[in-house]
Amino acid sequence: MASRSDGAHRLVNITQGRRLDLFEYQGKQLFARHGIPVPSGEIVDTPEAARAAAERIGGTVVVKAQVQVGGRGKAGGIQLAKTPDEAEVHARNILGMNIKDHIVHSVWIEAASEIVKEYYASVTFDRSEKKPLVMLSAEGGMDIEEVARTNPSALATLHVDPLTGFQAHHARWLVFHAGIDEGARAGVVNILQQLYAAFTDLDSMLMEINPLIWTASGDVVALDAKVTIDNNALYRHPDLLALQTSVTDDPQERMAQEKGVTYVKLDGDVGILGNGAGLVMSTLDVVALAGGRPANFLDAGGGSKADEVVAALEVLLSDPKVKVLLINIFGGITRCDEVANGLLTALDKLNATLPIVVRLDGTNEDEGRRIISEQAPANVVVEPTMLSAAQRAVELAKGV
Amino acid sequence: MSILVDKNTKLVVQGITGREGAFHATRNKAYGTNVVAGVTPGKAGQDVEGIPVFNTVRDAVEETGANTAMVFVPPRFATDALYEAIESGVELIICITEGIPAHDMMGVYTHLRRGNQTLIGPNCPGIISPGEASVGIMPTQVFNPGRVGLVSRSGTLTYQISKELALLGIGQSSVVGIGGDPVVGSSFIDIVSRFDADPDTDLIVMVGEIGGNEEEKAAEFIAAHVTTPVVSYIAGFQAPPGKQMGHAGAIITGSSGTAQGKKEALEAKGVRVGTNPTEVAQLAQEALAAL
Repeated sequence: MASRSDGAHRLVNITQGRRLDLFEYQGKQLFARHGIPVPSGEIVDTPEAARAAAERIGGTVVVKAQVQVGGRGKAGGIQLAKTPDEAEVHARNILGMNIKDHIVHSVWIEAASEIVKEYYASVTFDRSEKKPLVMLSAEGGMDIEEVARTNPSALATLHVDPLTGFQAHHARWLVFHAGIDEGARAGVVNILQQLYAAFTDLDSMLMEINPLIWTASGDVVALDAKVTIDNNALYRHPDLLALQTSVTDDPQERMAQEKGVTYVKLDGDVGILGNGAGLVMSTLDVVALAGGRPANFLDAGGGSKADEVVAALEVLLSDPKVKVLLINIFGGITRCDEVANGLLTALDKLNATLPIVVRLDGTNEDEGRRIISEQAPANVVVEPTMLSAAQRAVELAKGV
Repeated sequence: MSILVDKNTKLVVQGITGREGAFHATRNKAYGTNVVAGVTPGKAGQDVEGIPVFNTVRDAVEETGANTAMVFVPPRFATDALYEAIESGVELIICITEGIPAHDMMGVYTHLRRGNQTLIGPNCPGIISPGEASVGIMPTQVFNPGRVGLVSRSGTLTYQISKELALLGIGQSSVVGIGGDPVVGSSFIDIVSRFDADPDTDLIVMVGEIGGNEEEKAAEFIAAHVTTPVVSYIAGFQAPPGKQMGHAGAIITGSSGTAQGKKEALEAKGVRVGTNPTEVAQLAQEALAAL
């Protein structure tokens, strides 16, 4: 079951451009391909495979839970293993572990590093400036937001012109201003350049290394990897599209993924279908203001066609918690008669008996309303406004 | 009066022979917009409902004097279409296309800001100045001529609020959908300042939603520079507090990005914020009555 905060994360993504978040091991594999040094490692999903991987890597290894949530270390999801036996034991404990509602399905086994200093490096998309922002600090390994708050001079930041790119002098400026130790400077300059190149080559929205370490042998190595890719650019990156990323355990969310429906589960009982992210969010708000609790966010898209409406309703109707459906459509590209026909098809196919409140406005609204009032079964009611529709749905959910 | 599109708009539609491009170009023309040309490479000499088609935007501009371009090109080709529109010299570009990669748009945005052309969108419903011109995909029947300037990040929510305004007998000078993508050509601040300079806009309605910090920045700008009254609506109060992957994002915005945070930022600067579309229309009515 996805956590509530997870849902919020994806809801924000929906409204800001969807993104693909990678696991640490996937990020490290991409780093390695882009010339950023990472410890050697293997990804495994059984204790036995963890032992075999530890044997191949040799020496002390780290067993790291692969989940997309912070606080793995505190939860016991990162363990040092001096022998293959220990690696197997740790993997057995960590696999299946629940870390903040994320189940661990795999562990990354990597060679342990001798850390002299921990730094922080990232390239991110700065939405406010609409430019890439490179950040570097000599105070890594810890909560970097805390560093930014309490000691902002320890964080060197630099916006990059996306048309002229990130040059070596930018990397040098950052390294000097962040106060990187002399012996590590060349390594950090190199990594910043590779990191920026990877950021642009992979259409990334975030590449974060915390900690970036300076080792006893004098190397600079990425000990962690947080990588986020712009979904809109995945057509250019078929290899990334094929990556196995976080799997949802929720049946409705899985169904929505398969059908290509933009859906986030919430914890109420009023199922919601709308078109356009802003209108759907507004619908959730209006349902809450009417005293109800939305069961989900579902955006059927700006150009909803009949079969998309059918797919969306299939997802909603499969949720046993949903007591009533609220369909709120304002047609622009979407035509209300198509939505009405989709609704009839879906009801016919899915044999739904729960109450359904429909509000249709916009392109071909009269035709859409006529189709529903003439042909829909008695459990479907049409309301004239968004507010009245939300109030009616909430009353029905409460059994009034 | 109005902003951005009006009776003087001469529109060229890029991607006019596509299904959506043809449908909406024809509708825009039927509304009274002066649609002077379309562009689809290789289809010069054809026409779409009487609108002549050219191979390139430059040809279209040279032949017809088009001053505004609308981009209806699929996302893989839209970046090129945007650069082509910019080079043609049109004053205003409106990009409807959804799904353009953010890195492409960072480049387009940076290039554009070096000149003085205006881009609205991408991933936006367009602009309508009721009674004068409609450029985009908005359902024109919910808009009426009037003196409210409406600017929004969301398409369908724009229609909803216009409908609520219409129920109270309130029309618009212009309605601008700036688009919901991470990189859009024009911000709330850009459009609010245009409305503020428009003598026929008496009130500005700004419709935002969760994410980013554009509403917070607009609140500061309104307090410092805008004399026209502003009311606002923010969608997404029911979105539970979010969690971001990594920490870089939170460091740069210094803003929570929540609906509540945006509402408070606006109210702190004297902008009233409605909790639902019906209420924001009522706030607009009250503000107009107080003028």
